[in-house]
Amino acid sequence: MSEVRRSRSAAEGDAYRDPSAMDAASDVTRAALAAGRNPRRWGAWYVAEHRFRVMRSYTGTVVVAGIGSPLLYLYALGVGLATIVDGSVGAEPVGGVSYLVFVAPALLASAAVTVAGEEFTYPIMLGYKWNPTFSGMHAAPIRPQQVADGVILSVAVRMLVNAVLFFALMLVFGAVPAATGFLAIASAVLTGLAFGAVLMAYTSTLEEDTGQLAMVMRFVVLPMTLFSGTFFPLTVFPIWLQPIGWISPLWHGTELARVFTYGYPEPIWLTVVHVAYLVAMFAVGWVWARRIAVRRLRK
Amino acid sequence: MSQPVIVARDLVKRYGEFAAVDGISFEVAPGESFGLLGPNGAGKSTTMRMVGAVSTRTAGDLTILGLDPDRFGPEIRSQLGVVPQADNLDTELRVRENLLVYGRYFGLPRKLVAERADELLAFAQLEDKGKAKVDSLSGGMKRRLTIARALVNDPRVLLLDEPTTGLDPQARHILWDRLFRLKEQGTTLLLTTHYMDEAEQLCDRLVVVDKGTIMAEGTPAALIRRYSSREVLEMRFGSDRNADVAGRLAGIGDRLEVLPDRILVYSENGEAELERITGAGLHPITSLVRRSSLEDVFLRLTGRSLIE
Amino acid sequence: MSDLTQRDLAPASLRVRPARSLYAGNARAVMFRGWRATRSTNWLVMVSGFFEPIFYLLAMGIGLGTLVGDVSTEGGQVVPYAAFIAPALLAVAAMNGAIYDSTWNVFFKMQFARLYEGMLSTSLGPLDVALGEIMLALLRGALYAVGFQIVMQALGLNLSWWALLALPAVLLIAFGFASVGMAITSYMKTFQQMDWISFVMLPMFLFSATFYPITVYPQWLQYVIQALPLWHGVELVRGLTTGAVDWGMLWHVLYYAVMIAIGLVFTTKRLRALFLD
Ligand SMILES: Nc1ncnc2c1ncn2[C@@H]1O[C@H](COP(=O)(O)OP(=O)(O)O)[C@@H](O)[C@H]1O
Ligand SMILES: [Mg+2]
Repeated sequence: MSEVRRSRSAAEGDAYRDPSAMDAASDVTRAALAAGRNPRRWGAWYVAEHRFRVMRSYTGTVVVAGIGSPLLYLYALGVGLATIVDGSVGAEPVGGVSYLVFVAPALLASAAVTVAGEEFTYPIMLGYKWNPTFSGMHAAPIRPQQVADGVILSVAVRMLVNAVLFFALMLVFGAVPAATGFLAIASAVLTGLAFGAVLMAYTSTLEEDTGQLAMVMRFVVLPMTLFSGTFFPLTVFPIWLQPIGWISPLWHGTELARVFTYGYPEPIWLTVVHVAYLVAMFAVGWVWARRIAVRRLRK
Repeated sequence: MSQPVIVARDLVKRYGEFAAVDGISFEVAPGESFGLLGPNGAGKSTTMRMVGAVSTRTAGDLTILGLDPDRFGPEIRSQLGVVPQADNLDTELRVRENLLVYGRYFGLPRKLVAERADELLAFAQLEDKGKAKVDSLSGGMKRRLTIARALVNDPRVLLLDEPTTGLDPQARHILWDRLFRLKEQGTTLLLTTHYMDEAEQLCDRLVVVDKGTIMAEGTPAALIRRYSSREVLEMRFGSDRNADVAGRLAGIGDRLEVLPDRILVYSENGEAELERITGAGLHPITSLVRRSSLEDVFLRLTGRSLIE
Repeated sequence: MSDLTQRDLAPASLRVRPARSLYAGNARAVMFRGWRATRSTNWLVMVSGFFEPIFYLLAMGIGLGTLVGDVSTEGGQVVPYAAFIAPALLAVAAMNGAIYDSTWNVFFKMQFARLYEGMLSTSLGPLDVALGEIMLALLRGALYAVGFQIVMQALGLNLSWWALLALPAVLLIAFGFASVGMAITSYMKTFQQMDWISFVMLPMFLFSATFYPITVYPQWLQYVIQALPLWHGVELVRGLTTGAVDWGMLWHVLYYAVMIAIGLVFTTKRLRALFLD
């Protein structure tokens, strides 16, 4: 403490002694301008570092959930449920592949959405309100936009780790016939972020959680997981119900992942639409989340 | 004479129609310890947040370290240490981790932050708590940790918003001692408080704030000299008799304040006034003669107590 | 420490605790408080819980059902896929609701709201608190179950009059999970530990003959599944709604009776240790 302080006053002392030095105020100002450089450039990364440190305290859960739940889902649905799906209908039921191959990319994309559901809800409420670490960051030289960026960055990394683990297990189960399969990792992360950024923006607007987050889980996340062509193709629904799937980022993400993992036949323009839709949704959510961050932190 | 660290001129902050800060002006010189004294809702925290470059002003001029906070927020904040009114320590991290993480927000190298963290834990008398959970700390310890955290960037200016509110007397004294050391080392302090003793202990100069405006400015001693007498006689006659008795005290002392629970007589010699009163056949249940304080200054200026 | 030795030195007669300190026969007061709190804060959230199993039923039973067609139950009866999973979803909903109420909710009240400390400083005993909380969870479970059964009836998924008994069966299941859940929660200290509860529930949910018969698994895995509580619940409810009733189902009932007893004993013990000793 005293060590550090001495070093600075020494520097100032030199400036005073030197008659040609600029006056003290502009010296101080210059010091401030210099010290602001790093946070301006790397602030988002510093925020992400903080999130990683927090996540480290639940590494156990992240790893066990990261390996355990894909294992359980792939086995229960891709093997167990597949027995009765593949067995009951004589003709190839779903897109000409086994049920395992059909359902695995959907489970991968849903896993990313699940991470989004965890990381962009309570941790956001926590940061803004319950344990206002975001105000703490903002009181340091971090800008509100960087707080939003940093949180998104850290979650993207966690999603990537989860998706890679998931994908490795898919390979073990033999659920990835196509060589382009690894691209499904990227599409899963994109899916998770597209939905997650919007969710984060929404959560950021909440001053108080009086059950809104539970409602989002129940009426958005759950139906999305169930009705996005995940466990059965959207086409089993009558045509007038299918638009429900089209607005769902998970449907776009799932279809995209299927194209990559087993060459699901769809026109190329549709593939482009999937990517464009997810990118656009992410962009909207991101910009919105940054705006709210500025509004909330700069009150 | 070096330039002031903080210059505020006609500073205004409005929330909708309501002006939380309504045109206040002050300057703080380098190394000075400057206080904002005022009751709850006076606009102290709002002012602090504007000076801390986290809240945008509605009107007026504000310069911190020669920079405009609207344009140079990160640069200004890189030179500040902030102790907010409510601790916002990171309860998901351990005590030492709080310092490490916070230092990184300033873009300081990890190694330097680690060294400072240990020095600051010592400074805050929390050496043996480094690995403890934040929630397990007492109120005083949390406050010291918040101050340690505010020092992690070796700030030029320390902003303290009600540093000791809610602490027990012993914890307050430990904290004051730490702040005194910082003052001796030449850190500029800007602090708010609604405790007059705190203001008297820590502030070289202060402004009395009420309803978003400045009522008076000066050193604690000068303010007391200007707005109060040397001594105060406090008497209680029982809550139903105070008003009645007050009517019969006309002409006693320099000035009289009748509060719901007690009567204050301002005078150069409190004991002499008490003798006159008992001589007149009035016997208070309790009586006390003390020196005038900033509390009395505030009462004089606003007609209200600092702490309701 | 010194506390302990003093107690050990005290004559045995002083150490015996009257039953009244455990149970004041006033679990209603705890239920009443819970009801007021729910009503004033998040009744919408509570009501919405009803939709969760419905979503599953529509997606899996009807959507996935078009791919699966008919399946045969444990007893060899061939039923439409929706009729196969509907009773399972009912049992799962009972489990989820009971676990949520008895774990997260109770954990929060214990660790943060310090609610029980206040309650136990009145004439209420730990058993009042435990029973009150559990009854409240059951009440909620019963509401969901009735709603779900009406939907099942409308979709023609109740294949027998025995289905009427599914309601008490669901309450039994909920009671079992609630009392064990509360016992476990009373030993938990952090949110992270609470996460482990989900890890136990996920495999149970996926494997307990919920979405397909367990005969697809190797024999050893079937034994493991049969040792877990949810399987018993699913089989019990499925037997009733499909009308395949036999005396063997009493084993499932017994399983839950034991769960309830064990859960209550540990919860009471623990609450007393935490707040009264
Ligand atoms: N974000 C806000 N929105 C609306 N009103 C606010 C906000 N922050 C503070 N105020 C109001 O401004 C006034 C001054 O508040 P504050 O600066 O916190 O006072 P002090 O710190 O002196 O107690 C209070 O009346 C408070 O209610
Ligand atoms: Mg304040």
